[in-house]
Amino acid sequence: MKQLLLGNAAVARGLYEAGCRFVSAYPGTPSTEIPEAAAKYDEIYAEWAPNEKVAMEAAIGASIGGARSFCAMKHVGLNVAADPLFTVSYTGVNGGMVIAVADDPGMHSSQNEQDSRHYAIAAKLPMLEPSDSGECLEFTKLAYDISEQFDAPVILRTCTRIAHSQSAVELGERVEYELKPFEKNPGKYVMMPGNAIKRHPIIEERTQKLVEYAETAKINRVEMGDTSVGYVTSGTCYQYLRDCFPNASVLKLGMVNPLPVQLIRDFAEKVDKLIVVEELDPVIENHLRVNGIRVDGGKELFGMCGELSQVKIKRALGRETESFVEFDEPVPPRPPALCPGCPHRGMFFTLSKLDVNVMGDIGCYTLGALPPLGAVDTTVCMGASISGAHGFNTARGPESAKKTVAVIGDSTFMHSGVTGLIDIVYNKGVSTVIILDNSITGMTGHQHNPTTGKTIKGEPAPAVSLEKLCQAVGVKNVSVCDPYKLDEFKSLVSAQLQIEEPSVIIARRPCIMLPEVKILPPLYVDHDKCKSCRQCMTIGCPAISFADKKASIDQTLCVGCDLCMQMCKFGAILKKEGK
Amino acid sequence: MSETKGIMIVGVGGQGTLLASRILGSVLTSQGYDVKMSEVHGMSQRGGSVVTYVKFGERVYSPIIDLGEADYILAFERLEAARWVPYLKKDGTIILNDRAIAPMPVITGAMSYPEDIVQKLRDKGVSIISSDALSMAQDAGNAKSVNVVLIGVLSALTDFSEEVWQDAIAACVKPKFLDVNKKAFALGREYALKKLK
Repeated sequence: MKQLLLGNAAVARGLYEAGCRFVSAYPGTPSTEIPEAAAKYDEIYAEWAPNEKVAMEAAIGASIGGARSFCAMKHVGLNVAADPLFTVSYTGVNGGMVIAVADDPGMHSSQNEQDSRHYAIAAKLPMLEPSDSGECLEFTKLAYDISEQFDAPVILRTCTRIAHSQSAVELGERVEYELKPFEKNPGKYVMMPGNAIKRHPIIEERTQKLVEYAETAKINRVEMGDTSVGYVTSGTCYQYLRDCFPNASVLKLGMVNPLPVQLIRDFAEKVDKLIVVEELDPVIENHLRVNGIRVDGGKELFGMCGELSQVKIKRALGRETESFVEFDEPVPPRPPALCPGCPHRGMFFTLSKLDVNVMGDIGCYTLGALPPLGAVDTTVCMGASISGAHGFNTARGPESAKKTVAVIGDSTFMHSGVTGLIDIVYNKGVSTVIILDNSITGMTGHQHNPTTGKTIKGEPAPAVSLEKLCQAVGVKNVSVCDPYKLDEFKSLVSAQLQIEEPSVIIARRPCIMLPEVKILPPLYVDHDKCKSCRQCMTIGCPAISFADKKASIDQTLCVGCDLCMQMCKFGAILKKEGK
Repeated sequence: MSETKGIMIVGVGGQGTLLASRILGSVLTSQGYDVKMSEVHGMSQRGGSVVTYVKFGERVYSPIIDLGEADYILAFERLEAARWVPYLKKDGTIILNDRAIAPMPVITGAMSYPEDIVQKLRDKGVSIISSDALSMAQDAGNAKSVNVVLIGVLSALTDFSEEVWQDAIAACVKPKFLDVNKKAFALGREYALKKLK
């Protein structure tokens, strides 16, 4: 049966059919839907881990325990999980293990554009790269066979256009994979120097065997056509290329690490010119150059940055493209914004009024950096708000701490914020931390986390108490406040900033988009009372605009949070009578 | 079968563009086409400019539509029509929900919202079927069904039977919203059929 499936759902289907029983992940666009889809199969145990390192370690444990196991993350999540990655390469597996990593060329929803293929090379692990949903399913199943045959976890690399594209998939049946016995084997599983030193040559030998495999693997496919130019490519770039040149000769690499040598050499000899088409870094191109295979075009044509597309490829090769119409005037950009009624808005408004330095973090609240709020001064990676504030304040002295805060979400705090807080307490720092507890992992589309009291399958679970956790690591000043209450929140932040001790403010209000949150009737502007002072515009609410020199509230967008009402000195913003 | 066709669905995050693409995908799959759709999830969904690509034909390769390649653009908002018009084929058509939602640079006063977008595009030879899809959605019983109204408009431009579209809607929306969406579809379709006469 054929079905349209998102690349991520097809990976999950592959897990199901391959008999995978253990899935652990931390959400991250564009990988999030893999564990979500896997969790829908009763045969698969699936969980949200607090971070990617934990997810990978749990999958390693399940593999050593004899099950086919899996973990998923976005590219930057693999940085977090890099520590276990490099050593599980040495231990190898018992039950097959697959690690999915989703890159984000073009940075649709990421803080950098790193190329995860470097990790496969550095950790000496096989990496497969599907080019559509069908291959997502097929390669996931194949990855388990490779994993068990070569005693190595296999990395499955996708990108946004694969993970978030739908295409037809042929569904198969699940083949149960019996739990393998666990045999104690310290030489393989206890990576202390004496053991690891003996594993290293085995890994090098494994890579040689994998290269041999790559030379004849079906997923490295030569499609001969017009031989004036041959293209070497992989993943989504294959689809763009085929769109441009349906009759060209193409070597499509399904396995992007290790790369074959002879296969590429033979292909190169059959074509007049050889061009490498790949997004981000010149990984394939460099491999060719190192092996003395001539390259007639690569990064100097396509560049290192962003995504490719059919038009970009045609332009880079000097080919003609379709003509098109353009709108002649400047089209204002439409960057994402905090939703109407977002609990973060009031908090950022308060912080911008207090004129404090704000060390930001990764989540919806990163949007607090955009105008008009413009209230975030740094964003680096998950957890870096708290540790960054500690370094910033320690470098700049105690006065700095009185006008600097760290802001971090509930999920991000559980991911890697608490270690930064421990750093502050242990090293006698005095920083103020605001945890934005909106009871969900927001930006990735509402995933549960250890503080929400629910599992990935929606079943009840013990909830970590943020208050008790912060107290337990030694923070004496822990307070909770509703960020909708602007005055209260402002005085609390001002007071906590003055305390020369670590302090945590938990700004608690559930995400407005959660189905259980009640949406209130929209507010409206009394035009006679509106003095056009534009004060309500400073909170950056998408529901408020200016029309005919008066504020106006979009009745389809407003959720009645009344933040703007609190700001209006003239009482011009009103609730509908009787509601 | 013919060459690959492309339909873009553009709007503001939260307007329900994803549902529109799923209905379209369901229709096209049922008609035996090879279909690919590309969506954007994550940060842009928070009120940003969003785009979904739907491609179909005998064999589809790239899941994205590039400059000058779209046969239709379903624009859920005027400014988004102006933003994405370069992706329209020379003889393509924009199906527009004639409504303005101010983006943040306009709200803050840093930029102004262009005036007379529809007329200016028509002056350049762009074919536009403009409708007040929001009113039709409200008439159907839910302002959020703008997406299905526009699908109704699009349906009138295709050869697929009304039944095929209705089946796809039934497959893609929750049963409790089915009646509203069927009405929304019918209103959109009726409107377009009248306009095309």
